[in-house]
Amino acid sequence: MSLLHYINAFFSDGAHWHGYDGIPHRLAEHLQYSFTALGIAAAIGLPLGLITGHTGRGGNALALIATAARALPTLGLLVLMFIWLGIGETPVMIPLVALAVPPILVTTYEAVRTADPAPVDAARGMGMGPIAVLFQVELPMALPLILSGVRSATIQVVSTTAIAAYVSLGGLGRYIFDGLYQRNYEIVVGGAALIALLAVAMIGVFYLVERLVVSPGVRLRRR
Amino acid sequence: MSGGNGYFDLPSDLQHSYAGLIGIHLEESLIPVAAGLVLSLPIAQLCVRYRWAYPPVLWITTVLYAIPSIAFFVFLIDYTGVSQTTVEIPLTVYSLVVLVPAIVDGIRSVPAETMAASEAMGFTAVQRYFQVQLPLAVPAIFAGLRVATVSSISLVSVGTAIGNQGGLGNLLGDALTYHRYNLAVTSVVTIALLAIVFDGLLIGLRMLLTPWLPRGSGAARKAALAAAVEPEAGAEKAAALEGAAR
Amino acid sequence: MIQIESITKRYADGTTAVDDLSLEVPDGSITVLVGPSGCGKTTTLRMINRMIEPTSGRILLDGTDIHSQPVNQLRRSMGYVIQNAGLFQHRTIVDNIGTVPRMLGWDRARARKRSLELMERVGLDLSLAKRYPYQLSGGQQQRVGVARALAADPPVLLMDEPFSAVDPIVRKGLQAELLRIQAELGKTIVFVTHDIDEAIRLGNMIAVLRTGGKLAQFAPPDVLLSDPADAFVEDFLGTDRGVRRLSFFTSAGLELTRGPIVGVDAGAEQIAERAAGEAPFLLVTDNDGKPLGWVAAKDALGGGLRHLELLSHGRPFTFGDESLRDALDCAVLSPTGWAVAVDDSGRVVGVASQETIGNAIRAAHAGRPGAARVAKAAR
Repeated sequence: MSLLHYINAFFSDGAHWHGYDGIPHRLAEHLQYSFTALGIAAAIGLPLGLITGHTGRGGNALALIATAARALPTLGLLVLMFIWLGIGETPVMIPLVALAVPPILVTTYEAVRTADPAPVDAARGMGMGPIAVLFQVELPMALPLILSGVRSATIQVVSTTAIAAYVSLGGLGRYIFDGLYQRNYEIVVGGAALIALLAVAMIGVFYLVERLVVSPGVRLRRR
Repeated sequence: MSGGNGYFDLPSDLQHSYAGLIGIHLEESLIPVAAGLVLSLPIAQLCVRYRWAYPPVLWITTVLYAIPSIAFFVFLIDYTGVSQTTVEIPLTVYSLVVLVPAIVDGIRSVPAETMAASEAMGFTAVQRYFQVQLPLAVPAIFAGLRVATVSSISLVSVGTAIGNQGGLGNLLGDALTYHRYNLAVTSVVTIALLAIVFDGLLIGLRMLLTPWLPRGSGAARKAALAAAVEPEAGAEKAAALEGAAR
Repeated sequence: MIQIESITKRYADGTTAVDDLSLEVPDGSITVLVGPSGCGKTTTLRMINRMIEPTSGRILLDGTDIHSQPVNQLRRSMGYVIQNAGLFQHRTIVDNIGTVPRMLGWDRARARKRSLELMERVGLDLSLAKRYPYQLSGGQQQRVGVARALAADPPVLLMDEPFSAVDPIVRKGLQAELLRIQAELGKTIVFVTHDIDEAIRLGNMIAVLRTGGKLAQFAPPDVLLSDPADAFVEDFLGTDRGVRRLSFFTSAGLELTRGPIVGVDAGAEQIAERAAGEAPFLLVTDNDGKPLGWVAAKDALGGGLRHLELLSHGRPFTFGDESLRDALDCAVLSPTGWAVAVDDSGRVVGVASQETIGNAIRAAHAGRPGAARVAKAAR
């Protein structure tokens, strides 16, 4: 199993654990890019999805945006942005945000739109204000679906952030591209394994988040 | 090539014309989708037949989907070398990951009464599968196919990073190497157009196959939206809808 | 009292949901809005708590316009129950019931105490308190819905087809429960349904609406059954309304006879005396006075009733508690054509022929409408 051998060699090499090119620093960079992009995407997708889902309008437009955004090749967009904007975080953020917005936006829209209207009607009838209805009734019930969209976006962004290194930025993708350039297969495979691990770890993180924030009444009824 | 504007006269190291690159790109992206479809139909049928098998399959697919394409490519270099196969295997896996839940949900969403009625009329299990379940699951299957196709066409370009295996994506590498920035525009625009064209073709094909569905119906849009996300989210959504209907 | 004064609801597309409707909903009783779909009954209900605003007209609550207070304050003073209950899936049963009290600023402990009180009142086991809605049956969820509406003890209760999504047996139980609770609490209830039988069972007053949101008739149920305003109401009420109306007359006025009743150990002499009466059959009772069955008078003459094969006495009716409709039903189903009346403990108090019951029905129809009405809660 040469693959495992390479991975093992990469992780047991002490030199990979400190310094500017060490795993902790690259990991921090990687997470910083990923979560900045996710933060921006959530800031765009969540409110927009809540509003459109709440009013039930714009579903066709959203489907169109989602398809168009998926049609754009992320790597191509990155290269284009790099060419137009130069080295920096912005050219990396744009394709990552474009990648993350559709799943967040579309699931939020669907979650709110398909939420059972009866509890909302009951809440209004009991004298709950619109803000309270949104945050105390609609959101808690739509949460599992919204979280699944955010998780989907997170996994895709965390794994795609690797390509930032293609245009000279940091992150764990550095190992892959540097390794390919130096023909050092150990580093390439080690970096790839790290990114895959990180993305898979996100599934675990979201599993925990769901257990923490989603009411058992909503979480368990779907079984 | 129409010289002069710098969008279509390609560097010789690509060893292909613009049209040739499109051909390679489509080959590299569509073969995996087709392979994924062929593989996912029996897997999905197993998950429908044996309910206990579905959750672990969902878990495996979610984990596979989390592996970055570039990582997947480099893992395979050691086995299949720098070749089209190295790009096509991961894309097949991604297609599989999208299609299996889409098909399972589609087949599961066939109403129990419909199944009972066809059973009562004397359909065999095989007849039921081909004449009832599969046709009624067509919208869901196509929603999955659209996602798989569009992302496959987009992801092929990453193949350029492991050494000119990215179809039209190879233009991106050259754009940076030779400072021929127009090539990047050509690459992105062509890939996006290909994705949109094939998405449209699949929509048209779906409409041909399902004349019983009203055009532009809410159901079709819903399927598109559900699939726009990610396999597992689609499955969860279906579960949530099931819950709401109860 | 809720006064609805010529309200109209017209939508932008020109459809009229409610057309110049006026109604007075009396305090402490159940007023049912009933009619086919599209008759504006739900729209009318939802205008009372301002979920929908009328195009024209106004609604007064205890003499003041419902627009004179903030909308959410108005809604918190009215319980609201809907189809499928509309429970909050993410909250436990106690928290669901405590929603309005918490909005009104009650502390957690007090709201919780009140919720548990209400669970008992609507017949829910307290062990369900910490459960989530998905763990309850449809009927139980609907009970939670009623408890939630009652939580802040609002004087008014608005109920929009609350029981139409549960199966008929559960629905019957919920209706009985509502009548029992209403007998205890005396709320002002506006109840929307499309089921005329439910309307007749529950309503003190019934407003029949026709398609297009016009009021067809507003009357107590027995008046509705005896004097439908027009062909539409008559058609909506369905067949056998004459018989159904009998359920509003008590059997207490029925003239029973003890003539054909004979104990199981009676001697030949006593039997001969009874058999000489008007009835061709004798009702045999056990030593406790409970009915055993009928026997033809001529077969009984020999005595030894214990060894004779008896005809079934059918279902007896409880004298006074049950209505003339029940008495008639018993007579029709009896193999002899005679109904057996028993007291609360099941002892025979007398029997009545179909003819006697017919006389009582004619007497009831002739005079005193409502005078002999059976109390709602008792039925």
